[in-house]
Amino acid sequence: MSAFLQRHRGLLILAACIVLLPLAVQNDYHYDVLINAGLNAIVVVGLNLLIGYAGQISLGHAAFFGLGAYASAILTTTYGWHSLAAMGAGMAGVGVLAYVVARPILRLKGHYLAMATLGIGIIISIVLNTEAHITGGPDGMSAAPFSVFGYTFQSEKSWYWLVGGCLLAAVWLSSNLIDSPIGRALRALHGAEVGARVVGIDTTHYKVLIFVISAIFASFAGSLFAHHTPTVTPSILGFIKSVEFVVMAVFGGMASVMGSVVGAVIMTLLPNLLASIEDYEPIILGAIMMGTMIFMPKGLVPTIAKMLRRKEAP
Amino acid sequence: MLESTIQFILAGLTSGAIYALVGLGFTIIYNASHVINFAQGEFIVIGGMSTVALVAAGLPLPVAIVLATLVTMVVGLALARFAIQPAKDADVVALIIITIGASIFLRGIVQVVFGKDIHSLPHFSGETPLNLMGATLMPQSLWVMGISAALILVMAWFFNATLAGKAMLATAYNALAARLMGVDTKWVLLSAFALSALLGAVGGIVVTPITFVSYESGIMLGLKGFSAAVLGGLGNGIGAVAGGLILGVVEAMSAGYISSAYKDAIAFIIILVVLVARPNGLFGKKGIDRV
Amino acid sequence: MSLLKVTNLTKSFGGVSAIRDLSFTIEAGTIHSIIGPNGAGKTTLFNLITGVYTPSSGSVRFDDREIGGVEPHKLAALGMNRTFQNLQIFHNMSAVENVMVGAHLHVQKGLAHSLLRLPSLVRSEVETRKHCWELMDFVGLGQYRDAEASAMSYGALKRLEIARALAAKPKLLLLDEPAAGLNDTETREVDEVIKRIAGQGVTVVLVEHDMKMVMGISDHILVLDYGAKLAEGTPAEIRSNPDVIAAYLGNVG
Ligand SMILES: Nc1ncnc2c1ncn2[C@@H]1O[C@H](COP(=O)(O)OP(=O)(O)OP(=O)(O)O)[C@@H](O)[C@H]1O
Ligand SMILES: [Mg+2]
Repeated sequence: MSAFLQRHRGLLILAACIVLLPLAVQNDYHYDVLINAGLNAIVVVGLNLLIGYAGQISLGHAAFFGLGAYASAILTTTYGWHSLAAMGAGMAGVGVLAYVVARPILRLKGHYLAMATLGIGIIISIVLNTEAHITGGPDGMSAAPFSVFGYTFQSEKSWYWLVGGCLLAAVWLSSNLIDSPIGRALRALHGAEVGARVVGIDTTHYKVLIFVISAIFASFAGSLFAHHTPTVTPSILGFIKSVEFVVMAVFGGMASVMGSVVGAVIMTLLPNLLASIEDYEPIILGAIMMGTMIFMPKGLVPTIAKMLRRKEAP
Repeated sequence: MLESTIQFILAGLTSGAIYALVGLGFTIIYNASHVINFAQGEFIVIGGMSTVALVAAGLPLPVAIVLATLVTMVVGLALARFAIQPAKDADVVALIIITIGASIFLRGIVQVVFGKDIHSLPHFSGETPLNLMGATLMPQSLWVMGISAALILVMAWFFNATLAGKAMLATAYNALAARLMGVDTKWVLLSAFALSALLGAVGGIVVTPITFVSYESGIMLGLKGFSAAVLGGLGNGIGAVAGGLILGVVEAMSAGYISSAYKDAIAFIIILVVLVARPNGLFGKKGIDRV
Repeated sequence: MSLLKVTNLTKSFGGVSAIRDLSFTIEAGTIHSIIGPNGAGKTTLFNLITGVYTPSSGSVRFDDREIGGVEPHKLAALGMNRTFQNLQIFHNMSAVENVMVGAHLHVQKGLAHSLLRLPSLVRSEVETRKHCWELMDFVGLGQYRDAEASAMSYGALKRLEIARALAAKPKLLLLDEPAAGLNDTETREVDEVIKRIAGQGVTVVLVEHDMKMVMGISDHILVLDYGAKLAEGTPAEIRSNPDVIAAYLGNVG
């Protein structure tokens, strides 16, 4: 039991926060912000497996989020599918797509990979924008309500618990993965790619695997988002959204699962806190991005963890 | 048929010239520091916007152009000095985030200072279209292509024939060796940002009469310039220029013959295909990991 | 049948040939050293054998299978492993995790097992960690059981790479200058470790500049100069070979 506590300290703290937060929540708007923070966190936890652990950049992950969202919106309305079936189809489709594009592009390195992922994101977003007869184009479209085993999620409160639970599951799965032979292979190919290959790791295979897994995380969160938001519009899958996801991961802490959650929550809350000075929001966001990378390149959570460890040590 | 093809090529070369300038800006900074400056597109916007504002304030166009270019160069220098130099040893991902952060920051400033409206400038020498083998061409397009070509030639001369330019190239090739030879690499970084700000600003100013400018127009232009540089092979100046022109023409052709909604998508598909076939761009050298 | 057979191997970079028309064989169960001045092409030869580089021409056969251009991880699965002159340590991991990466070929690594941390995976992980600690003891890194790789000295990291390679259970182990940068005590320890590895039946190929070590430990020596074979034979033969004395040993003293 104590081993479990040790291993999952972060998970337990997160669970406690999720349980206690409603005490401070006063209205549906607050719930709405927290739900979006949680959905972003699921994407970023997955994305951080790719960027932080495996060291491969993606500037196109919003496209997978968006494809998941549109899959749910289109399949549950136009085709009348059950919400879980639509979500599963979205995840499977995104998984296949990610696999097909990952094999050729993950051979690329650094800026070339950034360019390729960015291009894929933009292509997908243009397609969804243009095929208006399917997607509603720039006006967007709505999904049917989300229901599981006959229970339909309507209230913000029920959504809060749903997303909170899903986030905990995402964090648990990711932590497990990192601390497994697969996770070691990912960290190894980040640390010294040639060294990893020579001791027997098929680095291409693992890069593709983690790209697909992180895309599926994004698709999952996108599906939930589609059911929760009034309308799904192409703005959720543009280049800027992709950048926001990366920023959340980097700000919270690369190669840190809890960092992903903290980064996603803070960066989702920030625009709401800054709402009164809306015009200055990009300036502040940009300054935070530059400042974080210059003054704490490891990100918030690892930097704080290191400070605490130093204090603990005699 | 032939006329329309010529028409598309001319349109493509006009936007391609701008992509080439932005791509060249990426290349110069990349060579000096191995940084991809995602804020490159903002130089275009700052150049265009400041000119618009200065002209509106009553300055004659040529004066406004010079001042706006200087303003943009100062911004470039500040960016290098306060955002890039302090993070010199950060890894690729961190530097990407910094320059994307810088672009959002600058976009925010432009929006606060100049507002969200779309602005334009008068055409430099009228709006009477010229006729070229049945195709029409705005005189401003000639300005865009001519000024771009001139700038590109000046850059080629600077890097191949002047001591300062050669020092910058040497740094790109081997920073340590260059430092040992007495090149001040800090100075190289600052000059690189100033130069590519200059390219961006001038490009932005000449193209504003055709494409207009708003605080947001830097995003897509920056990405296109980056694409041009990658397409040609990062670090290769001639490659970036060729990449920009190819990109511009391909886009104009796809817009004309296939679908204007999909022109950007087609441009990116071609870049992906090129990268998959040639992971270091059209003119990039193949590298192998040395262990 | 020899374990490794290199025939007419050539590798050029642009115009420069780092390895030219090289042929030799390595018998199973021996310690085989490759020596030569700086830039002779020793590391390049290792890179060709282990699949990091693709040969320009010629053939490399391992266990009677053509392996020129085969990817490194596939060669590792066939029983080949190596260390690096310029360390390829995973600095973002702990010491024992570095070694556990070496064991990757032999552990439970199913995706579902990993995501859900199923009991069979937990069992495999516990065993692997224990085995890797033993390997660390074996190479003399017992005191670094809980260390982070980034906190270890250069000499310790050199041995950590040996432990990592051993974790893959290789038949053929290539060591690229394992004693470079080590002090005398450490060099003697590494010397001991290599002998013990060979004693377990692993074929060792050693690139090393420390002549005392090479002469004392090797069954067979290959001398490279400018990418080509200068001489080949037992330590005694090499020591008395006039070409070698002129080109190489003479300078070293
Ligand atoms: N990836 C590469 N690209 C270009 N040249 C290379 C490459 N790798 C090696 N070389 C060249 O091949 C030659 C042999 O180098 P190598 O590293 O194999 O020598 P070595 O015998 O291991 O030397 P040392 O004793 O210094 O380790 C050198 O001239 C080197 O510069
Ligand atoms: Mg060597």
